[in-house]
Amino acid sequence: MYNFDIETPSTVKDAVAALKQEDAQPLGGGQTLIPTMKQRLAMPSALVSLKGIDEMRGICEDDDGRLCIGGSTTHAEVAAGAGKYPALAALAGQIGDPAVRNRGTIGGSVANNDPAACYPAAVLASGATVTTDRREIAADDYFQGMFTTALEEGEIVTEVKFPVPEKAAYMKFEQPASRFALVGVFVAKFADGVRVAVTGASEEGVFRWSEAEAALTSDFSAGALEGLSLSGDGMISDLHGSGDYRAHIVKVMTKRAVEAA
Amino acid sequence: MPKDGGIGASSKRREDVRFLTGAGNYTDDINVNGQTYAWFIRSDVAHGKINSIDTSAAQAMDGVLKVFTAADFESAGGIPCGWQVTDRHGQPMQEPKHPILAEGKVRHVGDPIACVVAETLEQARDAAEAVEIDIEELEPVLDMKAALAEDAPKVHDELTSNLCYDWGFVEENKEAVDEAIKNAAHVVTLELTNNRLVANPMEPRVAVADYSRARDEYTLYTTSQNPHVIRLLMGAFVLSIPEHKLRVVAPDVGGGFGSKIYHYAEEAFVTHASKVVNRPVKWTSTRSEAFISDAHGRDHKTKIELALDENHMFTAVRTDTYANMGAYLSTFAPSIPTWLHGTLMAGNYKTPVIYVNVKAVFTNTTPVDAYRGAGRPEATYQLERVIDKAARELGVDPAELRRKNFIKPEEFPYDTPVAVTYDTGNYHATLDKALEMTDYAGFEKRAEESKARGKLRGYGLAHFIEACGIAPSNLVGQLGARAGLYESATVRVNATGGITVMTGSHSHGQGHETSFAQVVADMIGIDEGMIEIEHGDTANTPMGMGTYGSRSIAVGGSAMVRATEKIINKAKKIAAHLMEASESDIELKDGQFSVAGTDKSVAWGDVTLAAYVPHNYPLEEIEPGLEETAFYDPSNFTYPSGAYVCEVEVDPETGKVEVLGFTAADDFGNVVNPMIVEGQVHGGVAQGIGQALMENCAYDENGQLISASYMDYTMPRADDMPMFDVDHSCQTPCTHNPLGVKGCGEAGAIGSPPAVVNAVIDALHRGGYTNVEHIDMPVTPARVWAAMNS
Repeated sequence: MYNFDIETPSTVKDAVAALKQEDAQPLGGGQTLIPTMKQRLAMPSALVSLKGIDEMRGICEDDDGRLCIGGSTTHAEVAAGAGKYPALAALAGQIGDPAVRNRGTIGGSVANNDPAACYPAAVLASGATVTTDRREIAADDYFQGMFTTALEEGEIVTEVKFPVPEKAAYMKFEQPASRFALVGVFVAKFADGVRVAVTGASEEGVFRWSEAEAALTSDFSAGALEGLSLSGDGMISDLHGSGDYRAHIVKVMTKRAVEAA
Repeated sequence: MPKDGGIGASSKRREDVRFLTGAGNYTDDINVNGQTYAWFIRSDVAHGKINSIDTSAAQAMDGVLKVFTAADFESAGGIPCGWQVTDRHGQPMQEPKHPILAEGKVRHVGDPIACVVAETLEQARDAAEAVEIDIEELEPVLDMKAALAEDAPKVHDELTSNLCYDWGFVEENKEAVDEAIKNAAHVVTLELTNNRLVANPMEPRVAVADYSRARDEYTLYTTSQNPHVIRLLMGAFVLSIPEHKLRVVAPDVGGGFGSKIYHYAEEAFVTHASKVVNRPVKWTSTRSEAFISDAHGRDHKTKIELALDENHMFTAVRTDTYANMGAYLSTFAPSIPTWLHGTLMAGNYKTPVIYVNVKAVFTNTTPVDAYRGAGRPEATYQLERVIDKAARELGVDPAELRRKNFIKPEEFPYDTPVAVTYDTGNYHATLDKALEMTDYAGFEKRAEESKARGKLRGYGLAHFIEACGIAPSNLVGQLGARAGLYESATVRVNATGGITVMTGSHSHGQGHETSFAQVVADMIGIDEGMIEIEHGDTANTPMGMGTYGSRSIAVGGSAMVRATEKIINKAKKIAAHLMEASESDIELKDGQFSVAGTDKSVAWGDVTLAAYVPHNYPLEEIEPGLEETAFYDPSNFTYPSGAYVCEVEVDPETGKVEVLGFTAADDFGNVVNPMIVEGQVHGGVAQGIGQALMENCAYDENGQLISASYMDYTMPRADDMPMFDVDHSCQTPCTHNPLGVKGCGEAGAIGSPPAVVNAVIDALHRGGYTNVEHIDMPVTPARVWAAMNS
């Protein structure tokens, strides 16, 4: 690890100001950034910790009935406190291990947009809104490919607002070594339709499986998915599974998510 | 009968108090006054020519004492290989130099090129980034068969090819085997891979060297399974330091599994560098370094043919194996695919003729050497997989096919056609035990239940033999070993009766401090608490060969028995004098010496005190003091065996395999501490299941290790494991060591991989996927799915 300065602001405003320093980087739970720095693959001049910002922490409900989760809320806090949205709480409770869940934050996960992370599937399938220090971004506009989001330099995810579906479930097929999602499918059924978001599988990062959404919107049953298939082209192919395997597992996990919802 | 101490008691592991409370003293816990830090610059390409190394900028940086390159080791030898294999034509293997730092070429990702020694670790790392190295990349040699093509690039330019050796065993039987296969009623063929593994001990390697200019002496603290071997190899062959000027200490060591047997370049580096900079030098491997610099295990590709007659009796086995040596010969690498593999190809069976061919190949990968089981798992895997395939092709019960070909209990000692003599065994007993423990008869019903839940259930059986208690020195000397393989012990009885045992064995998790104490306590009849076991420091232990090959209790324990016998003999002389009786009338029981037929007795403590306060003592006949040393060289290997059963469920939609149950019925001969033995089997089986289903050390086409961290290398975890059901009640004691023990450390890792894979294949066949004859390890979900859809 190279030397760096650490800033611990207590307001979003101070954090935004601190991030104006050259090569400063926001620090959520540090579950990706710290190991990267330890390997000397990142060398920020300063880390701006978002953990001490009270206004970014906690879970509440807004006037539209949306579940609003502060960007610095840990996975463990979501697992314990998002009872209004059980599928989301269950997803948070399956991320990593207890050490990860007690440090990692939803804002950090969503900002990093690891192609195998769990949260992006929930955010996209829920049609959630990502709130930052400067604007609100719809999930459909927010995720722009592997490790790429709509966030600008120094922009902080302060909150994620989840509409609560009638039914939902997340099914994760773990990559055996990292236990990240080899494929993770989040299915959410709303009054006006079904959204299906897939993480872990695509070279483009999290994506919506529109054919499955259409089929499930007209008939929310596992059987509705019969006959549908995804192509392995554009899917991640690695030591743990080919693109074709991942495409197949997407369908299996989608079926299981529908059954579990 | 439960016992509360001594041989056969499940005494609690006394060493765990310090291990579990953070009070252990591991090499990285050792910090010497004035210590400096080493950081290695390692090759990030698999194969390349070093055009230049510019250390000038690094050398000038803050805190840097010296930047070392190969030029600083011109007077040193290469890292030696401890075993020379002779090929089919009577020629010695090709043995390239293994330099401490790369000379002219880099030969694998991780090959050390230069090393910075600085005041702090961060300064060493900073300076390492300033070392400018110009490497011209060369085409890497990766595939073993391609490596042997005439126009293949060479890993070592000075060798004639990438072939280390072409070994045939037993060469004289080759024609008979060819003939038997030609005339066989059935020949069953299988091609398989024994996957490359990274040992991954919990504690990474560490070396701390402390050179004393005042005494011209070196001390090396290192994570080793055999500190005396390191002292001999490094002192005599690499750095020319005589033993009396070199102390090697292997303190608490957090797991080895073979990977800490070998003499590594980093050990020689810090030892030499400590003298050059005249300061202690410490190197602690990062986990990332461990993946690319610890010797890997396995990596064999084999074609095996099993010939059977019309009655399904085995008539011949022929194998053709390519064994990966990696870029350099690690200490015992050449012996693994040969003498620890070919000699086990008879398994538990009466196959009359066997021929094993092994081509050992250099590639641009990390060196490969022994890993838990070493050669024996490879032999067992081939044999037990092909027997399962034979049973399926012939439509017979796999347990029955094994049983009818077993060596019968009354046929021991049994000379195999592959040069070893099994002293004892009862394979029918272990097989019957395992079938009974797993309710073999009730499997069909369980399979139906699984099917109702949409799962495919499979039952996998494997029987194994291993050669342990390594090894008779005169025999292994003939086979190419450049060392003896005896073991030693010094038993030092203190004046008030407590005993310190200095053993040449080394414990790195096995529990020797407990089980060795049980043996001595049992022999004398005193509390285990009166005995302390010391190991790991060449300054206070007799020259010993260390711990590997399930040898510690069989060879090291036997040395300790011999030394304790000497103690008891001398103590009886002293007791006879004290009681004015004849020595031949003295009996020792429960720590009391008595005169037969009388009520006269003296306690153990009275005798030991007399030995050191010899006021009333037969000084004219014997010396004072009570300390004895013994060296024990076994007359044969030991041959543990067992039957392992794995039951799995395959999810046909995803290909995921769940291990539902694992049962081990072992014959380890006599057992000193059943709890420790069971723990050893648990650990071995966990590693075997890891190899079978998860662990995959994989290189890409450029020779980059793609499973180079725990993000991609799947270590088995507790929730991947079922509850283990282990038994060691079938005991045929070893006939040639005083304890009748056979060794248990590697069994679990040897017998389990074929049991797991056999279970998966069984499940797929039962599910109708009858075209799937084999899936290479690790049997990952993606591989199972691909096989089902092929």
